Amino acid sequence: MKDFIIKRMLLLFPVVFGVLTFVFLLIHLIPGDPVDLMLGENARAIDKEKLRESLRLDEPLAVQYMLFIKGAIKGDLGESLYNKKPVIHLILKRYPETIKLTIAAMVLALLISLPIGIYSAVKQYSFMDNCSMFFALLGVSMPNFWLGPLLMILFCVNLGWFPISGDEGLRSIVLPAITLGTAMSAILSRMVRSSMLEVINEEYIVTARAKGLSELRVIFRHALKNALVPVITVVGLQFGALLAGAIITETIFSWPGIGRLLIQAINTRDYPLVQGCVLAISISYVLINLITDIAYSYIDPRIKLR
Amino acid sequence: MFQNRLAVFGACIIGTLIFVAIFASYIAPFDPCEQSLEGGLTPPSKQHLLGQDGLGRDNLSRIIYGSRISIFVGISVIGISLLLGTLIGCIAGYNPGWIDELFMRIVDILLAFPGILLAIAMTAVLGPSLNNIVLALCITGWVGYARIVRGQILTVKEREYVVAARALGANPVRIITHHILPNILSPLIVEATFGIASVILAEASLSFLGLGTQPPTPSWGSMLNEGRQFLLVAPHMTTFPGLAIMIVVLGFNFLGDGLRDSLDVRKD
Repeated sequence: MKDFIIKRMLLLFPVVFGVLTFVFLLIHLIPGDPVDLMLGENARAIDKEKLRESLRLDEPLAVQYMLFIKGAIKGDLGESLYNKKPVIHLILKRYPETIKLTIAAMVLALLISLPIGIYSAVKQYSFMDNCSMFFALLGVSMPNFWLGPLLMILFCVNLGWFPISGDEGLRSIVLPAITLGTAMSAILSRMVRSSMLEVINEEYIVTARAKGLSELRVIFRHALKNALVPVITVVGLQFGALLAGAIITETIFSWPGIGRLLIQAINTRDYPLVQGCVLAISISYVLINLITDIAYSYIDPRIKLR
Repeated sequence: MFQNRLAVFGACIIGTLIFVAIFASYIAPFDPCEQSLEGGLTPPSKQHLLGQDGLGRDNLSRIIYGSRISIFVGISVIGISLLLGTLIGCIAGYNPGWIDELFMRIVDILLAFPGILLAIAMTAVLGPSLNNIVLALCITGWVGYARIVRGQILTVKEREYVVAARALGANPVRIITHHILPNILSPLIVEATFGIASVILAEASLSFLGLGTQPPTPSWGSMLNEGRQFLLVAPHMTTFPGLAIMIVVLGFNFLGDGLRDSLDVRKD
């Protein structure tokens, strides 16, 4: 197990290094002079020069790269052009809000998908199974930037149950979590169903039934335990994907997370902040994948043997 | 596949979408960019079946013309990604060693950016335009196909028919194009069908965020973005473009599911 974890962690370095390189190159992909784009062509020459210096754009590319990597390792991602604060501070302030929203969406998705997936597998091809899977496909196809406004019209405008935007305690997280978690619950329902179907015909399940165990015991004690192993991987991967989905959800509901910060940074052409947000989201995604892999190897000991 | 009713339904939706996109100029009742400020935000009526937007433009006509953007982005991104992914997958799969390692590490790096994050970052620096959306989505789009092709090549390259072709003196290009690729097409077709749905959603997401198609060009995502400002007074502006996106994505997902079942492809 230790070897597996070490090997998996070593594999992380080239990926993180690659991500850092890509994020560094982002600012250099800007067509023309990045400083012109950030400050506008009519900005004073002295301001342009100041910005060029503070972003170290006057240094050779290799030097800029080394400084960027060194800074990133120390947690120094530069200063926001718009807020005039260190990028890392802005990210650390906003990230907990995104994590809160993502966890809420994930919990909601699990609460919906587990019962639906299990029931659909147990009652395969029944009316309820067909309905659930149809709605699951509908959930996957429904864009969250459409679902969000629809929920707003229904629950905020017509029924007045929830606040329309902002962070006002637990009530304000419900609609963003539903918006973010719907596609996820649809994906997980399908996954739980197919995983349960694979397990349900295994010999040990037949044995459990032959022993005279109740159907509930067979499903929850024997089948579900094994069926959940691949589901955990999907949950881990989807948790990372939710971070990206949160960009849109946060924009719709004005949720003060890192996704909204990224869009605000793009709108104000605050490129150091854009770089910082992209880096923070992707590094978290890589780390979540690592944790998922390690957790998976604990749950299914066959993994580490591969 | 024709026995799978949902897949046939999906194919019908896609057929309709393509028909509408091609003949948009004949089907649309109004010019999608024609403004009539006195009719701004009018709800659905006999004359304007899906109502009018803030500038009095006909929503139905804009949705009809918007289908062109979705189809263009969907087909071009998947076409380019499929070609690039297949090429890279073939090179990596057929040449184990440092070439394979190099490509797979690039794949790992690109996969470290979740969802459309990279596309958002790319369009943010390159500037919002349709071509930049296609470019940004292609940069990450090829990865899935490359992995499938590489995996399939590793599986089939030691099969007897490939070994026989090699023994007969066929060169690698001929072996790949004439013997391997025809046998690994099924998973690629299924993946591409689901891929078009994802790309249409991604384009709409980017346009919704203001990073994609720019006004006055009608696109479903930007229509939703414009409609968001009038959510309380004109919910029809948000409802119909969103419904269009959902129906089309659902169509591709139905078709993808049907193709997977009929081509007997296991989902990765």
